[in-house]
Amino acid sequence: MTNPEYISIFNNQSILVKEIPEHNYTAFKDININLLKGNTARHCINYFGYILADKIKLICCIADDEAHKIYVSSCFVNDNEELSSFTAQNHNFEKFEREIHENFGLKYSNHPWLKPMRFAYNRDNKNKKIENYPFYSVKSEELHEVGVGPIHAGVIEPGHFRFICNGEQIMHLEIQLGYQHRGIEQLFVRKKKLLERTTLAENIAGDTVVGHTTTFVNLWESLCGHTTDSSLNFARTVALELERIAIHTGDLAAICADMAYQLGNSVYGRLRTPIVNFLQEWGGNRLAKGLIRAGKINFPFTNELAKRLIEIFDAYEPDFDEITEKLFMLPSALSRMEKTGVVTYNEVLEIGTVGMSARMSGLNRDIRYSHPYNHYTSIKHTPIIKNNGDVYARAQIRKEEIKQSIIYLRELMTKVPEFKKPENISLNPMPDTFVISMVEAWRGEICHCAITNENGDLLIYKIKDPSHHNWMALAQAVRNNDISDFPICNKSFNLSYCGHDL
Amino acid sequence: MLSFLLIILVSTFFMGIVIRTKSIASGRKGPGIFQPMRDIIRLWKKGAVYSRTTSFIFQIAPTAYFVSVIMAILMIPHANNPGLISFDGDFVMFAYILAFGKFLMIISALDTGSSFEGMGASREALFSMLVEPAFFILMGSFALFTGHTSFHSIFSALHYGSYIAYMLGGMATFVLVIIAMIENSRMPVDDPKTHLELTMIHEVMVLDNSGFDLGLINYTANLKFAMYGAIISNFFISALPIEISIPLFLVIQFIFAIIVGIIESFSARYRMGHNPQFIFILTSVSLLIFFGVLLVLGKFM
Repeated sequence: MTNPEYISIFNNQSILVKEIPEHNYTAFKDININLLKGNTARHCINYFGYILADKIKLICCIADDEAHKIYVSSCFVNDNEELSSFTAQNHNFEKFEREIHENFGLKYSNHPWLKPMRFAYNRDNKNKKIENYPFYSVKSEELHEVGVGPIHAGVIEPGHFRFICNGEQIMHLEIQLGYQHRGIEQLFVRKKKLLERTTLAENIAGDTVVGHTTTFVNLWESLCGHTTDSSLNFARTVALELERIAIHTGDLAAICADMAYQLGNSVYGRLRTPIVNFLQEWGGNRLAKGLIRAGKINFPFTNELAKRLIEIFDAYEPDFDEITEKLFMLPSALSRMEKTGVVTYNEVLEIGTVGMSARMSGLNRDIRYSHPYNHYTSIKHTPIIKNNGDVYARAQIRKEEIKQSIIYLRELMTKVPEFKKPENISLNPMPDTFVISMVEAWRGEICHCAITNENGDLLIYKIKDPSHHNWMALAQAVRNNDISDFPICNKSFNLSYCGHDL
Repeated sequence: MLSFLLIILVSTFFMGIVIRTKSIASGRKGPGIFQPMRDIIRLWKKGAVYSRTTSFIFQIAPTAYFVSVIMAILMIPHANNPGLISFDGDFVMFAYILAFGKFLMIISALDTGSSFEGMGASREALFSMLVEPAFFILMGSFALFTGHTSFHSIFSALHYGSYIAYMLGGMATFVLVIIAMIENSRMPVDDPKTHLELTMIHEVMVLDNSGFDLGLINYTANLKFAMYGAIISNFFISALPIEISIPLFLVIQFIFAIIVGIIESFSARYRMGHNPQFIFILTSVSLLIFFGVLLVLGKFM
């Protein structure tokens, strides 16, 4: 076979870097655009560049949800070449190309929105600063601008939102992030110890500790050619589902708080506590830090813990059902949620959103089902899909996913695998290897990529949080809505600032 | 004078009861009923910080707002005792003296030049404008009903003869409770607990006020609640002797505060765009009262 267009691999499969087909830029672009054209089951999961021998190597990964495969292809470019952008033909690539442009100064001739993305400390053009971000503005007597942030009113994470409004109605929202940039990807390369890297993975986004750490350890084990023990797969799956239940419950509380429904806020807030406390009981940390480790687990899941978890669910479910029935039947709450912050199917498809932000509008994107990993290979998972794309759909997805996770966990608790303390774990990355790992965390698909050099040292570690795409969906959702409904739209997406800024 | 003292007394614990009710409804114990007043006193002991972009308007507005409400309270009677200021047509002055205080708060919010405060000011102006017809139709109907035109003479002449008249009293209470909620920017219309500037009305207008001024504004909110409670109680007290009327007054204020707390606990805030519709309900209920009065007076014969 002469030079194939791409290599197709499974989630968590490691391949040699030289197995990835190389093309010239035009062919590379055509291949990837054609892969996405007219096929809604495919989306771009990662597209990044790194410097190799004074040239920039671009790697593009397209996931196919129906074939359960990932298509990887690559290309070399010089940083002084003028390139025509992918984005001009498919908006899935918008954020990725902005990132490549910011980091390496690649010149795109027809990118519609080539603005700085996260102000990486090693960016190409240091004159582009947070202070002089080129906001879109309108010269008009009727419209006015409202700037919110960077300091959040609830003092959570920083991000700046610039609204262009017609009275109470939002015409346009531009979200400027980058305040949280910590250089995590570079730290991954610089820090050599596995423990340091695991700790870094735990701190990519504080609300998705299990999600990011699981992605990292899955990737690392694959990179080292290590087969994961079934009890480890089990523990990671349980932790992922527990994190989903905890954060979804907390989100429902926060949605209630934003529409000033006090009862819902306090009941959901209370319900979140036993779940995170269980994580504390299990691994000594409510956010599950220290629980997931590559090749081993310091806190094996035992039958006693399984019994405790069932007790917790027995207490959790009646209260959850009661308040959920109240909330989803309360006229004043429904009137706030329904038809607020709508993103249509075509919009989410064009943005390429992942996770909840795709499933809310009828786009079936769930890695647990499309690229199963860990214990999900043995769970028959049916993604929960809603079609309205509004705050109500996002709240419903949370409600139903919590119930679904509880069913899965109850099922899993009946067959806790025997824990064998793993011996002689030697985790040494293989040289010249490329691995891609995906996990469906509570917010959506997390994708980590790693490439090693000839000595088995990391060349690049690439992280993509679901928030990467989904922020754009929020900006679309609030258009033509009341500005006073922005907080509830924002909360219903609950995107990560630090996951985006890295 | 009696009415004035009673309102001041109630204003010290009214908000405390509301907060306590909300706490109990959400399964918490909640602070003591004098806690809001303690917070206000703490604020009164502090100095205020003024932004360089603001002018004297911003500095006088909280005081003027406070004084306008005090002056409005002086007009409210208690049972047979007229307020300190009482004359024919005083309820018109009552409404506009309150509007004057609100006007100063609105221009002081605009004075800060913040886009948030401008937004809050425009919402506050719109909603209080929409409330006005309801209040005047309500008071006008009762003026027609009793044949008098001042607060004191209307309330002391108010006695219910027929079932329809009781219904009028009930509806008037409903209208005044909701007016009080709107004027104080409380729940179905505004969310006083939120930290999100974009959804606020009153709170966002006073974002830049601090220390003594903020204390004054917060206390004025308590006073306004107690004031509306006093008007509501007058519908029930009419001309009872003082020994009965004072306990009855306190009981009515207490129930009013609990109702406010319950409304705030068990519903979500309305969508901002639906608020005008909601406020118009008040005007229609007031119109019903008006037709009820015409019916009682036999004007339809």
